[in-house]
Amino acid sequence: MTRLLEVEGLRAGYGQVEVLEGIDFAVDGGQKVVILGPNGAGKTTTLRALSGMVHTNGRIAFDGRSLAGMRTAEIARRGVAHVPEGRGTFPELTVQENLRLGAYVRRDGAAVKEDLRRCYGWFPRLEERQSQPAGSLSGGELQMLAMARALMLRPRLLMLDEPSLGLAPIVTRQLFRVLGEICDEQGMTVLLVEQNAGLALDFADRAYVLESGRIALSGEAQEIKDNDAVRRAYLGF
Amino acid sequence: MSERTLRVVGVWALVVLALLVPFLFGPYRVGEFTLVLAYAVAVLGLNLLVGYNGQISLGHGAFFALGAYTAALLIEKGGLPYLLTLPIAGVVAFAAGFLFGVPALRLRGLYLALVTLGLAIAFPQLIKRFDGLTEGTQGLTVEQPTAPSWLPLADDQFLYLLTLLIAAIMFVAAWSLMRSQVGRAVQAVRDGEIPASTLGIDLARTKTRVFALSAGYAGVAGALYVLAIGFVAPEAFTVTVSLAFLAAIVVGGLATIVGAVFGALFIEFVPDYASDVNDALTGVVYGGVLILFMYLLPDGAVGLLRRIGRLVARRPAAPAEAGRRPAVAPRGRGLPAGKA
Amino acid sequence: MERFIQVIVDGVATGSIYAALAIALVLIFRSTGIVNFAQGEMAMFSTFIAWGLYAGGVPLGLAILTTLVLSFIAGMVIERGLIRHFEGGETLTLVIVTLGLFILLNSLAGWIWGFGNRSFPSLFGDSTFTLGGVRLTVESVGIVAVLLGVVGVLFLLFQRTKIGLAMRAAALNPESSGLVGVRVGRMLMLGWGLAAALGALAGVLVAPRLFLDVNLMGSVLIYAFAAAALGGFDSAIGAVVGGWVIGISENLAGTYVDFIGADLKILVPLAIIFVVLLVRPSGLFGTREVARV
Repeated sequence: MTRLLEVEGLRAGYGQVEVLEGIDFAVDGGQKVVILGPNGAGKTTTLRALSGMVHTNGRIAFDGRSLAGMRTAEIARRGVAHVPEGRGTFPELTVQENLRLGAYVRRDGAAVKEDLRRCYGWFPRLEERQSQPAGSLSGGELQMLAMARALMLRPRLLMLDEPSLGLAPIVTRQLFRVLGEICDEQGMTVLLVEQNAGLALDFADRAYVLESGRIALSGEAQEIKDNDAVRRAYLGF
Repeated sequence: MSERTLRVVGVWALVVLALLVPFLFGPYRVGEFTLVLAYAVAVLGLNLLVGYNGQISLGHGAFFALGAYTAALLIEKGGLPYLLTLPIAGVVAFAAGFLFGVPALRLRGLYLALVTLGLAIAFPQLIKRFDGLTEGTQGLTVEQPTAPSWLPLADDQFLYLLTLLIAAIMFVAAWSLMRSQVGRAVQAVRDGEIPASTLGIDLARTKTRVFALSAGYAGVAGALYVLAIGFVAPEAFTVTVSLAFLAAIVVGGLATIVGAVFGALFIEFVPDYASDVNDALTGVVYGGVLILFMYLLPDGAVGLLRRIGRLVARRPAAPAEAGRRPAVAPRGRGLPAGKA
Repeated sequence: MERFIQVIVDGVATGSIYAALAIALVLIFRSTGIVNFAQGEMAMFSTFIAWGLYAGGVPLGLAILTTLVLSFIAGMVIERGLIRHFEGGETLTLVIVTLGLFILLNSLAGWIWGFGNRSFPSLFGDSTFTLGGVRLTVESVGIVAVLLGVVGVLFLLFQRTKIGLAMRAAALNPESSGLVGVRVGRMLMLGWGLAAALGALAGVLVAPRLFLDVNLMGSVLIYAFAAAALGGFDSAIGAVVGGWVIGISENLAGTYVDFIGADLKILVPLAIIFVVLLVRPSGLFGTREVARV
């Protein structure tokens, strides 16, 4: 098991406001890691920091190479697919165009076509709506599109920012189920940020709990889930 | 010394300097400074519209021209005393601005820019067309004010000080207006029309009134211009004038009162200086200086002064000012309102 | 009647020239978010370069082609070297920069080539032909054909190629584009390069009809701005339709309405715009903005 992503002493923020006060975490190849925490803890900022969207201090090593200071497009070209808070889709472009954009940096045309077919297999709704503008999709479909778009990159690391946000519970469960299937099939490495701790802990292998810009707790996902005291103290359920 | 004190001292220093001008320079230079004052009033008017209210106009040269011709015709063909023509020119331009502002309400950014540009282009053509009244391309010579005998001043000095007085009144009026409740409403509209309307601000009224007011300022400025130059012709009021005013508000500092003075100084003296450097390359120097200015001082002259003031006053920048700007700045789609 | 059709066809030809420059304006607007005041002067400068090559003995077609390529490069350089610094800042500042560029280029051209005027040869020659009893110039038809060809190529570029898709994405949402690895800066450079080439094309097409001097593109820019606005600043098609409407109406008014002499000709399209915008403030084809608080 190789260490794919290693983060040490990560500080990040907006202007004068520091949101992350030096956090450490790691993701191994093939692992599913979730970062939990309440609103404002810095979860989104963490992913944005990894994607080069905010100013950072500290060490970020991806597959041995440093990502610190790199621009977002370059990071994406390294194989890091980030599905941000706003989904990162283009409402004015069609579903198909959105997916094709996901594969923008790839040069293997035939494989891209194959991946497109596979995405439609995982998300048949997207195939139905392939020529429609993405803006006409429902919340759940949009989230599927966002995920499929990220998968089209054939990423080494898939980063998801609160995929459950704004979705009905049944849609969220379906989303996580499909995601789980894909990950098992592909051996995908996932870094997930979530508020919905229950679903996330079932899905992930390892979990970190972020509180006010610091890692408060880390461990195997199942252990954290099983530990009532920890659950109640940190995750409120 | 606090920032505020510095600011007050700065403004008073400017006033003192302005008062000294007619006694420090010869008549030609004084005449140029008189023009600067006239332009400053127009630039201030435009800044009220663009800087404080967030609308755009590429056509204020037309209101400037309207004021100029109104004053010129009233003096030469109507025999009115020149002082009286100033408020009349202002009112006429105000009314024109209001008439224009009403349909302009429906237009945003780009489209408003285009329509006002159309106005700037149309006006000199209309002046030429109605040459029966305006003397067309020939132009109209206007009798200039002379110093009253009981004042120990030369004509050029008197004219300058008179213009300074009028300009000062206009500046103080604008300053106090922008600090008042009305001014806050005006700026609120700029910062967000929907939030502003939920606060009970009547958008249509505010915007048309600001448009009209800024046009009125340009009208008064036009009248001052006529008194300063003594001649009007359509060639003096091409699109170039409108664009110069626009450049002036950015050079001076958007949404500032004093900035208008710096902007006016820029558009009056830099082209002169540019042609001194190299007559054939005037535009190259002028354009180059303009670009350089934007590079070095995107906040305008007033922005620079404020930064210096902060350093001198040695107050650490307040967190509310310096913070809250994300390290990844969202791409500004400010004025020409395109896609959000 | 014959005259009427001639006027229309000629109007469509002139309108196509406005459309070419208008498409350039729309390209810049959609990618960089501003109206490039200097677009016309860049085109004028390019036209002078073409003239210089031709006067130096290069065959006209090759001179124009070379100019288009050089203009494309120049457009990219201007974006990377000048405009890039101001992107993301206050929009009005960038507008003033383009204004400065306008003044600079105008004066520079005058310094290099003088302020006099000269003639510029037409790509299409000055022969005429008759179609259905109406005499048309090859030039007019040629211009329209070129424009339609350009629009076709642009359509293929933006709708059917990867890079065209990336350019559209970069213009729509730079942040999301970065997430898929699109280098937004490079897309902007391409946009400016294309726009500059389009402007150059407009310049070499219009120069034979007017005289080539430093003020060649002054009014063309305004017509182009009007055409783009009429079309909604949203699409090439809108710019083309806008351009044609303006070209036709300008010609019709100039020919048939007496009190509009050369002086007031420019007011016709402006008046049309004003009326159209009163009824449809976002232009004929513009997408209505949904205000989000």
